[in-house]
Amino acid sequence: MDWKTKEKIIKYILLIFAMSSIMFLIGIVIVLFREGLPIFYKIGIIDFLFGQEWYPTYDPASFGILPLISASVLVTLGAMIFAVPIGLSTSVFISYIMPKSIKNFIKPIIELLAGIPSVIYGLFGMKILGPFLKDIFGLPTGLTALTASIMLGIMALPTIISLSEDAITSVPKKFRDASLALGGTRWETISKVILPTASSGIVTSIMLGMGRAMGETMTVLMVAGGASAMPEGILKPVRPMTATIAAEMGETPVGSNHYQALFGIAIVLFIITLSFNIIADLTRKRFYKKVSGK
Amino acid sequence: MKKNLLILLTVVMVISLFTGVVGAQENLTIQGSSTVLPIAQKAAEVYMENNDVSISVRGGGSGNGIAALIDGTTDIADASRFIKQEEVDNAVANGHFPVPHRVAMDGIAVVVHPDNPIDKLTLMEIKQIYTGQIENWSELGGTNQEVVVISRDSSSGTFEVFNEIAVEGERVTPGALLQASNGAVKDTVANTEGAIGYVGLGYLDESIKATKVNGVYPTNSTVASGKFPIARPLFMFTDGWPEGLVADYINFVLSAEGQKIVEEQGYVPLH
Amino acid sequence: MKETNIDYRHLKQKVIFSLLGITLCVVLLILAVIIYFVVKRGIGVISWEFITAMPQNGMTEGGIWPALLGTFYLVIGAIIFSTPLGVFAAIYMTEYAKKGRLVSIIRIGVNNLAGVPSVVFGLFGLGIFVKLLGFGVSLLSGSLTLAIVILPTIIRASEEAIITVPDEYRNASLALGATNWQTVKNVVLSNAMPGILTGVILGIGRVAGETAPIIFTAATFFTMRLPSSVFDEVMVLPYNIYALVTAGTFPSKQIPIAYGTAFVLLLLVLLINLVAVGLRLKFSQNKR
Repeated sequence: MDWKTKEKIIKYILLIFAMSSIMFLIGIVIVLFREGLPIFYKIGIIDFLFGQEWYPTYDPASFGILPLISASVLVTLGAMIFAVPIGLSTSVFISYIMPKSIKNFIKPIIELLAGIPSVIYGLFGMKILGPFLKDIFGLPTGLTALTASIMLGIMALPTIISLSEDAITSVPKKFRDASLALGGTRWETISKVILPTASSGIVTSIMLGMGRAMGETMTVLMVAGGASAMPEGILKPVRPMTATIAAEMGETPVGSNHYQALFGIAIVLFIITLSFNIIADLTRKRFYKKVSGK
Repeated sequence: MKKNLLILLTVVMVISLFTGVVGAQENLTIQGSSTVLPIAQKAAEVYMENNDVSISVRGGGSGNGIAALIDGTTDIADASRFIKQEEVDNAVANGHFPVPHRVAMDGIAVVVHPDNPIDKLTLMEIKQIYTGQIENWSELGGTNQEVVVISRDSSSGTFEVFNEIAVEGERVTPGALLQASNGAVKDTVANTEGAIGYVGLGYLDESIKATKVNGVYPTNSTVASGKFPIARPLFMFTDGWPEGLVADYINFVLSAEGQKIVEEQGYVPLH
Repeated sequence: MKETNIDYRHLKQKVIFSLLGITLCVVLLILAVIIYFVVKRGIGVISWEFITAMPQNGMTEGGIWPALLGTFYLVIGAIIFSTPLGVFAAIYMTEYAKKGRLVSIIRIGVNNLAGVPSVVFGLFGLGIFVKLLGFGVSLLSGSLTLAIVILPTIIRASEEAIITVPDEYRNASLALGATNWQTVKNVVLSNAMPGILTGVILGIGRVAGETAPIIFTAATFFTMRLPSSVFDEVMVLPYNIYALVTAGTFPSKQIPIAYGTAFVLLLLVLLINLVAVGLRLKFSQNKR
């Protein structure tokens, strides 16, 4: 075999390896839809998505997942309300105001936050933050949507901080120089020139942060409280989609209605996080075009 | 040199894992009810002291255990309730035939926080609390405090029995906090002044207060005599009539020594 | 007129910058608080026996050795499966593929795989490895599932590492008559190794801490025996923490053990991340 053929073979082998991510993604879609699609036929998409009663083990059972979707949306939004202002401010400070030497020291520390396992966040939220909030607000229990939002916000912080920081530092230096040369203060330069330019990149970081929050399982399982009712407020226990799947999967025999319903929830969850990722991809592309084109 | 040695060691370990060379033993998988778990686990520990086998015990709820039996992924399913017709049909359709073995009796105590002045409830009041009709302890003559309803996940056998006897099959209020085990319910009730929950008899201790139900206090004797209204047998289900290791283990649990373990864990032995 | 006063604008800037600095402090504070509590509540349980002994007395006493071992095996398994896959995928994308639709599609695949919720990976692992391929709830199923979870991490880190190898190296090798593959194997890979290693180490950290993908595929609560084949269930550190805290039968004794386990896990993960960071620093310094 001459080297040219050998090279070709190697190239195709490597191509197969490279296609693996796509294959796994497709595989996930296939598995989810194969196991979960039947429930949509049995119950009807509208009743499944918008039904307000999740009582999967009663007889007759109810498979309405609106409380679960609402819970996921609620804690994700709550997480963002907490994480975006803090994360954005921190990233501006790190990328722009802090001296470079300290920055190299601080960035790894923030990435440490990203490396903490989710179950430890769950432990903290359940045993320390929960009781703390319970005492402050005089609640019957500390395991609520608020507790989950705060913990998820903390978990999303590293994503938002580091991606926003990347976006901000990618803005060409000449923008900053031009603004300063025109007499702007550093803050005015940041707020009126740099941030707007970096906006697509920042939006990317927020979308990815939201995807992270919505997809998080262990923390919400331990912290959100577990009441599968429509969320009545941020100080009430809730049950997001991920927690429901993780908690109830083990008890359902393969192929039962409950099993299919849980896969149905996974389909909804997957579509939502996929959308976040696609939007993030689009804004990222837009951002790169902006900073290289301009 | 050292790095190569490390790689070699890892490779050897991995290969040995694949071939199962290191310590091939007989093994037994037990899964299911968190109520039966203390019994199954302690019995497994004692059994393993005298027999060279490996027993793996897992919780997750009666529903989990029975589902695993149906799927063929466990040898014994611990259950604090009897198997449902639907589950039997599923099992048979999968070629498995669940056989029940009654290993103990248990009562489900209705518990509240120790500071709660209420110390007796009727079944009707319990039902009203759990369906959300009674929302404040003052409605029962207690303090002005919101009732925090603690219940179990749908996979729990304890929940199924409680639901059938106390709530008469109606739906538990959606605002109830769902916990994953008896231990978690106990922990939550112990730390929440307005809470009400239900746990297996073996979980009672000073951190929570058991109420009288219909005038009867939950104890080993009231459960055994049938006076305490919320009582149920505890089961271990096997796939078909047990043989070999499975049979030996079940026989151990049913033996005098096994029943002593049952009693030590706080449950009611069969004799 | 006040708005254009340079002193006012500088004062405003000072105030805002201070506020921003405070948010950074908040973030660092949060990190410190979490670590503090885990250490404080967990360190009391730690002892040599805790780390090396088996759990005893219904998980209320004893140690976490099986969980440590289980985590270790899971890590090795996941790395074995994902590293070759990820590195070769990265090689294709950087050295072989022409910039075009195919590469974009693959990149979309990698990015979206990175964003899949961990519980969905668990379901996938359940459907494919546990049930379809019949591996059952086992070390094998768990490792394979976790390998897919960290695949994007490995691919990204490898890509980054490979791209930073200067083109002069490649050109020199090709000019000497080497084929593309020989160049990659002998020149590019060895230079990219520190970066790739960083990615692998980050992957290790992730695998050690993940729970959701292995709840359905590998983990068990209690088993007296250490895993002796890839088809065994394993105890792992993160699942143990979760199980002891939420489903423990005797919380008063088991919660301290959970904290101790959390302490060990946290220490492990922090060490792993520190090694990765150190490698990355050394790697970027060498580039000068």
